[in-house]
Amino acid sequence: MDFKNGKELLELCQREGLPISQVMRRRECVLGETTADEVERRMTRALEIMRSSAMEPLKNPHRSMGGLIGGEAKRLAAHTAKKRDICGPVLQRAITYAMAVLETNASMGLIVAAPTAGSSGVVPALLLALQEEYHISDQRLLDGLFNAGAVGYLAMRNATVAGAVGGCQAEVGIAAAMAASAAVELMGGEPDQCLAAASTVLMNMLGLVCDPVGGLVEYPCQSRNAAGVANALVAAELALSGVPQLIPFDEMLSAMYNVGRRLPVELRETALGGCAATPAACQRCGGCG
Amino acid sequence: MSFISVFDVLGPNMIGPSSSHTAGAAVIAGLARKLLAPPLARVDFTLYGSFSKTYHGHGTDRALLGGILGFATDDARIRDSFQIAGERGLAFSFTANETETELHPNTVDIRMENAAGRVMTVRGVSLGGGKVKIIRINGVKVDFTGEYSAVIVVHRDTPGVVAHITRVLSDHNVNIAFMRLFRESKGHTAYSIIESDGSLPDGISGQLMGNPNIQDVMLVQS
Repeated sequence: MDFKNGKELLELCQREGLPISQVMRRRECVLGETTADEVERRMTRALEIMRSSAMEPLKNPHRSMGGLIGGEAKRLAAHTAKKRDICGPVLQRAITYAMAVLETNASMGLIVAAPTAGSSGVVPALLLALQEEYHISDQRLLDGLFNAGAVGYLAMRNATVAGAVGGCQAEVGIAAAMAASAAVELMGGEPDQCLAAASTVLMNMLGLVCDPVGGLVEYPCQSRNAAGVANALVAAELALSGVPQLIPFDEMLSAMYNVGRRLPVELRETALGGCAATPAACQRCGGCG
Repeated sequence: MSFISVFDVLGPNMIGPSSSHTAGAAVIAGLARKLLAPPLARVDFTLYGSFSKTYHGHGTDRALLGGILGFATDDARIRDSFQIAGERGLAFSFTANETETELHPNTVDIRMENAAGRVMTVRGVSLGGGKVKIIRINGVKVDFTGEYSAVIVVHRDTPGVVAHITRVLSDHNVNIAFMRLFRESKGHTAYSIIESDGSLPDGISGQLMGNPNIQDVMLVQS
């Protein structure tokens, strides 16, 4: 039940007549030498943590450790309550939750790295927003998480999810690719459409640098998680409507990895370039000693 | 290639904000505390590289202290570790060393002193994603990750000790995954580190100590 790349994953799905989530569940049981019950228990716990990390800042905003963020999610929710939002319900909720999870993370709250702490808002945000709008059960959301896990596993295996190696495209980009694929399965798409959506995200976020102000997982990370979830929705919509994706997921992942490794070191989590090196950011940070 | 679990992708469950600077820091300190008999009286941390520059904003200091207090990466008490250490009578300090730049960017030295007055120093590095490595114990270069259960034997570098260790492990039916010996210099103190699948029987410590050339035995269960 193992697969080394997207092509093998799609062949497995085809041969077994299973969605990506089920293939990933079976792989976990066999290769992880564990039971289906244990795997479900652990993923249910991950979903619980994701939900509370997305909801808590709406009630109790927290200032971040580095002091750069805090309160953004509550602000977005208040804006929506006044019916002044322009994104529509799914995207509006998704960006609110994505911002919220990063606020929880930056204030030393409990989160699930997905695939990293700095990109932990994207997957929960999209799943929870879809659940509310389309009344999806928690059991189905777990399917979404296993599907997302399959895409993230391929990225960890065949490329990188570290901003220090591949830039933000490898962190928020991969998180968004995972979320897009999960959304397609939840909304009734086929496995090949899932990977097409993941590929589209990587294409659309190609080259995004990692340039955290003060070297902290706060800014622009929080806003980029919101942008990541928007990219995921766009890609999922394209895939579900049958718009073809020319570049297979495996080739796009490899292209992302190659671009990432060519990014100068200043743009790979060192806080020496990009947003981090702007005068406004330097003034706010007061860091480099 | 080792198995990548779905919970390596959607995980770890952790107190933020950084898998390397927060979760990894707690894991390093958690390993260090298992190397010295409790209770601890004092712990001093020296931070290098990126750790030294960003430790406050990443909560690296709270996570290190939390790890020493035995908190896992998803334990919310990490946030309050300064206060909890105070309540438990554990003295602590943090020093940022920005002059030493040849080390891995996320390196920490941990000097621990227990109530009996014994001192131990441990150097750990955080590799990203919550993965870590212990690379020095009391100044001697070592290498273990805590992903496997490990027994660390401090002994004189003299013939027969390794045979004694493997005999004891064999008597307890322990299957060795990795075994390595590190030493300061020929004939002086050596560290043998044996990693095993599954947990190690507690009884092996006493039996290992039966050899007069063995000075100390530490068990780090995975």
